[in-house]
Amino acid sequence: MGCGVTKSNHLHKHTTSSGRAIRAAILIQRWYRQYVARTEMRRRYTWHIFQSIEYSGEQAQIKLYNFLGYLMDNFTPSSNERNLISHIFRENEVCRDAEWERYFCYKNIEVPEIYSGPHLTFPLTVEEAVGLVEAFRNKKQLHSRYVLQLLLETWKLLRMLPNINRISTCHSKEITICGDLHGQLEDLLLIFYKNGMPSLEKPYVFNGDFVDRGRDSIEILLILFAFLLVYPSDVYLNRGNHEDHIVNLRYGFTKEVLNKYKMHGKRILKLLQKIFSWLPLATVIDQKVLVLHGGISDSTDLGVLARVDRHIYISALRPPKKRHHSLAGISIDSDTDVDTAAISRVFQRRASFTYPKPLGTRDCFQNRSLQDFSDRIRVNMENQLELSRREEPILNAQINKPEQESLILSTDSVSSDTAVDEWKQILDLLWSDPMTQDGCIPNEVRGGGCYWGPDVTEDFLNRHNLQLIIRSHECKQEGYEFCHNRKVLTLFSASNYYDVGSNRGAYVKLGPDLVPYLIQYQASSMTRELTVRQSVGRTERSALRVLREQLFAHKSDLLCAFRKFDSENTGLVSLNDWASAVESVMHLDLPWRMLRSQLVTCKNSEGTIDYYGWFNELAITGSKTDHIDQSLLETLYRHRSTLETIFRIVDTDNSGFISMQDFRQTWKLLSVYLKMEITDEAISDLAITIDSNHDGSIDIDEFMEAFRLTDKKSRLERGRSMFMGTTSDLTKLEGDPNI
Amino acid sequence: MAENSKSAEATVLNAKILKKLKGAFQAFDTKSDNTVDIKEIGTIFYSLGFFPTQADLQKFTSEVEDERSGYIHWDRFLPAMTKVLLEDKFPPIADELLLQAFEVLDIEKRGYLKPEELTNYMTKEGEPFTQEEMDEMLTAFTDEEKKHIYYKDVIPHLTLERKM
Repeated sequence: MGCGVTKSNHLHKHTTSSGRAIRAAILIQRWYRQYVARTEMRRRYTWHIFQSIEYSGEQAQIKLYNFLGYLMDNFTPSSNERNLISHIFRENEVCRDAEWERYFCYKNIEVPEIYSGPHLTFPLTVEEAVGLVEAFRNKKQLHSRYVLQLLLETWKLLRMLPNINRISTCHSKEITICGDLHGQLEDLLLIFYKNGMPSLEKPYVFNGDFVDRGRDSIEILLILFAFLLVYPSDVYLNRGNHEDHIVNLRYGFTKEVLNKYKMHGKRILKLLQKIFSWLPLATVIDQKVLVLHGGISDSTDLGVLARVDRHIYISALRPPKKRHHSLAGISIDSDTDVDTAAISRVFQRRASFTYPKPLGTRDCFQNRSLQDFSDRIRVNMENQLELSRREEPILNAQINKPEQESLILSTDSVSSDTAVDEWKQILDLLWSDPMTQDGCIPNEVRGGGCYWGPDVTEDFLNRHNLQLIIRSHECKQEGYEFCHNRKVLTLFSASNYYDVGSNRGAYVKLGPDLVPYLIQYQASSMTRELTVRQSVGRTERSALRVLREQLFAHKSDLLCAFRKFDSENTGLVSLNDWASAVESVMHLDLPWRMLRSQLVTCKNSEGTIDYYGWFNELAITGSKTDHIDQSLLETLYRHRSTLETIFRIVDTDNSGFISMQDFRQTWKLLSVYLKMEITDEAISDLAITIDSNHDGSIDIDEFMEAFRLTDKKSRLERGRSMFMGTTSDLTKLEGDPNI
Repeated sequence: MAENSKSAEATVLNAKILKKLKGAFQAFDTKSDNTVDIKEIGTIFYSLGFFPTQADLQKFTSEVEDERSGYIHWDRFLPAMTKVLLEDKFPPIADELLLQAFEVLDIEKRGYLKPEELTNYMTKEGEPFTQEEMDEMLTAFTDEEKKHIYYKDVIPHLTLERKM
């Protein structure tokens, strides 16, 4: 450019040295600002990548749960056979408390001499609670006996609490409010370090999502419960959408507990199910500030919420079932360990199943489903039913039964409407997100709750005479964010949530003036604290790796899309066409052209992309998986989280192993769910790959490991040293188009 | 004849540029209503590879801002940007100049700058940095051990590939 040269001359010709210095300074300033702006762009799309993938995972979980629920509702297990999945649907109301006390009894559990962790006595003392924090800081684990004892005491206390806690900032007390912690113990420790531990002078509200994703979810729970027991008037816990055993199956809490507590993990989880359901739903401060986890909708009514039986909502993803003892003789909600038939029966075409249990008519199911994908499943299931009908004429007689039984159900419809409404209130409370536009629409991204607008906030606050809503549920780069005219505050306390350096965490202090005072922090084990902008590089690399994995998982669809642009079958597409095709498949709304250089390295000089070559770059490698059909691998990869979840559901004794038979049943289940054909042969191939010691059982973790995606680029990046202090290295990577 | 080819060239240029502008714009269109916040205009410019000064930005903004909302709609943004491009108002600065700039400030030619010196220039001259910008720059570029800014190492970082 001609201008550049002119400027250069200008620099040298200028006689006054200070004049030169000024020009030099300006130049550097402009360069730096440019660098910052580019980094900002990168940060935005990195964020977007992580968030889309996180939310679509939540959506997938809900879909899976609905699918399993539909199965449960429509196909009664016959007796004598183990039910693969019904145990996750058991609502535990039938047994009396006495029976529960027996099940959760810790008294027989002995604490061995060599145990070096903390010992607890009840009633718990402050010193013990503080000691617990110290012990966890030093990486100790609490013995299962004490865990059960602590949880039992917590359960007893929670049962006495109302749905909505009402607290005040009297006596000039400042209340500290924390958002999502997600198992990140370092953040809780940092908050306690900066702000002090809970005490009579230091009340706290914890706003849900204590568990999942992080490594120390159980430790966080134990600390929070310990302080709750010691300071019941100064510690308040709100339930989050992750305080839900169904969600925990996918997001790691279940796994964490089972790994840390091999013998008693199952019991601990069961007890936690009850505890989660007894967690209060919201907290109101000085009758003016509402603290809840997700948000509101245009139908949220605190009066209704205050009255619901909150503990019957074991999982927010499913409305509580009415018990119908009359129907089958066996209540599906019975909590006995009586053998009930395997869902697998459904898929064994030659076998009969007992009469279908029409607990839900089509309409009922529609009400309860969070996503309207019931059509797909309905068709699928009807096919199955048809097939079995043809094969087993005996069934016909029994299938006629539904008519009569549905009549019985209809009388319940009045009460079930209220039930549905209550359920929606809770769902909205735990899952909703604010949006900038007015109105209230279903939250399709997450699959539950709503998006609510500033007008809904305004109306809600007026109706209830409130002035501020504090919620969490969404990760924010600065740890917090105001919206809706500063009437809604999002608070997130898990720093580095997506990756190291991705975001700060924050907590809020509220005094009698009810003006939120925010404190931010970032847990970091690094010696030098990265600015958020600097750490973009590292987070970005993570995000890109995740994105590449997603792209590979959609290979077939992408190939289809590319071929549409490549009518002459050259194997090449233009950059623009590449971007359009990718967006049409992935629906992530990302600036693909900008990302292209990070995602595709085989670009030709004419500006076209060799898409077959690209897929080779992304391919799953590994000797173990070479003989497996690539499209099956792709499917498996795309749904690996769902697959793992189903495995863990099927693994009823939580051993980490499932039998070959159950392994096959899992695949059949998945094939129906995904509406795809997986041949028995293909399943055998998979099984053989993994069952290396041929003992007829599959190690779940090993299976998941074998199919991890590797690609050349990410391997290279893993080998590099970190961003910090290696600026020149980083330049080489990004400048070299051949890497 | 010459005129025709010129306008043809201009049209071709516009098609490519249009895609670029659209991409940058959409990255900041958080409400999905074809508007971006006024405050993001600088970032958009920079990310496209332009080097406006703060004064340039202010001028641009005042010309296109929709007074009421603090947002710019795509329909006003596009023609204004096109003009900027065609008139080549904010040309990119050649990379080599950056090194020269640092060398000018490094009076004793030591090969590095001390944080106080850089701070002095950045916050007092030209279009001064805010405290936040200064802190950030220092954290990013100061060598851990020696506590100096070795600008030759810093420069490759500032001049990363800019294309979209």
